[in-house]
Amino acid sequence: MSPESKSTVDATHDALVSIQGVSFGYDARPILSDVSLDFPRGKLVAIMGSSGCGKTTLLRLIGGVVRPTSGRILFSGAPVDPGDRHALYALRRRMGMLFQFGALFTDLSVFDNVAFPLREHSDLGEAMIRDIVLMKLDAVGLRGAAALGIGAISGGMARRVALARAIALDPEIIMYDEPFTGLDPIALGITANLIRRLNDATGATSLIVSHDVPECFQICNYAYLLAGGHVVGKGTPAELQASEDPMVRQFIRGEPDGPVRFQYPAPPIAQELGLGA
Amino acid sequence: MTAADIPAAVGRRALGLLATLGHAACFFADLAASLPASLRRPYLTVVQVHAVGGRSLIIIGASGAAVGLVLALQGYLTLSRYGSAGSLGLLVALALVRELGPVLTALLFAGRAGTSLTAEIGLMKAGEQLVAMEMMAVDPRVRVLAPRFMAGIVSMPLLGSVFSAVGILAAYVVGVMLIGIDSGQFWSAMQDGVDVFKDVGNGVVKTLVFGVVTTFIALYVGYESQPTPEGVALATTRTVVISSLSVLFLDFILTALMFSAP
Repeated sequence: MSPESKSTVDATHDALVSIQGVSFGYDARPILSDVSLDFPRGKLVAIMGSSGCGKTTLLRLIGGVVRPTSGRILFSGAPVDPGDRHALYALRRRMGMLFQFGALFTDLSVFDNVAFPLREHSDLGEAMIRDIVLMKLDAVGLRGAAALGIGAISGGMARRVALARAIALDPEIIMYDEPFTGLDPIALGITANLIRRLNDATGATSLIVSHDVPECFQICNYAYLLAGGHVVGKGTPAELQASEDPMVRQFIRGEPDGPVRFQYPAPPIAQELGLGA
Repeated sequence: MTAADIPAAVGRRALGLLATLGHAACFFADLAASLPASLRRPYLTVVQVHAVGGRSLIIIGASGAAVGLVLALQGYLTLSRYGSAGSLGLLVALALVRELGPVLTALLFAGRAGTSLTAEIGLMKAGEQLVAMEMMAVDPRVRVLAPRFMAGIVSMPLLGSVFSAVGILAAYVVGVMLIGIDSGQFWSAMQDGVDVFKDVGNGVVKTLVFGVVTTFIALYVGYESQPTPEGVALATTRTVVISSLSVLFLDFILTALMFSAP
């Protein structure tokens, strides 16, 4: 190991996931440019930013679903390499991910969805799997819904079933992709509370991608703010709320115009409408 | 577009087609390599044999009966002109076992089970179920695609056999029970003229090849579909079109290889 790379690993010793100088884009469209982030063990970290700023892409990069065009991602000191399928799957067994709309298997019941990773990755007997699944469902308040089909549960319930599935194997990191989107106030409160409680109870590192400022600030230890493919702000919720940076202020206060323009870049409207000079 | 742009556009399309064929070939190799792993859990394949094969039985049986009825009627009208009505059983059996059984079963299979597979895989992709499986360190090719592929390969020869058998029985009903051809003549002509290996065996080989092709196309098109309602709709249409054309052209090649020798 070169001295340079050793110092990098040492510097990120407490970080379960370290993103170092990562750039990524779809075709010619850049999404992330030279982004560096650290996610400390056991903490609940939020990645916030407007829609399309690359938040979900970050989760996909950490999970090795896509490969960065430059830079590297370390999980517990080991590089995430989408090219090495065997090593990647070994890493993914230590991760749990909650997708934006749950991504539950619609041909399976609530019980079987939560049992899925246990049946795939363990040699446990059905009696033991049953006990674990019921405990996980109990943790999200849905033990009574175990026998229901996926079509019979609401969006908020689906999110909680997906959360139970994500924690089935007791992962070291739980990644939440927009966990608050489309939820009614009660479901939103339940979900936010669950995320915080699970983080405290399991000691796992939690990573929330969201644009819901109040909910994230209520439960997270630290937050990054992304805009235009860069990290434009970072700190504790209190630090970010006190920030005078125009970009941070606009996002946190929800101001319609500011550094992030209301208008998508376009020629002057007079020119478009042919109204002359 | 100027005249000079036309060769460039044709070249682009040709390169695109070659890239798709190359990608499909890699996908096929991956899928074939996933088959042994999926066989360790035969239950998954059995469930899919029921879904793609068992649930296609009614349409296959009904179509086989309809084809057998028509074939017997038309065959009798033609053969009776030459005083060969007794060969009706042979005509129907050869037509069904060699050509109509495998080809029509494959076309019906592409329309019934192929579209169902494409839509199912496409919707799983649109609902992020496949990427969720990936994130759980479960290979969707082994868990989802390979059992369906194996089920298609197993089901097609069975469905083809059902189609031909029902067709022959339907022809018996028309030829013997309605028209009055001698029952012994009907069956003995068939026994004398149909070779188990050359005719029945080649027919089964055809259904096997069609099973591989139609199931693979359905899975590939679904897996590569755009994860939108329009994308899934387009993919199901593509499955029917590509599968049908592939079956018809492949049938010509297989027939030339199997039956052209004296």
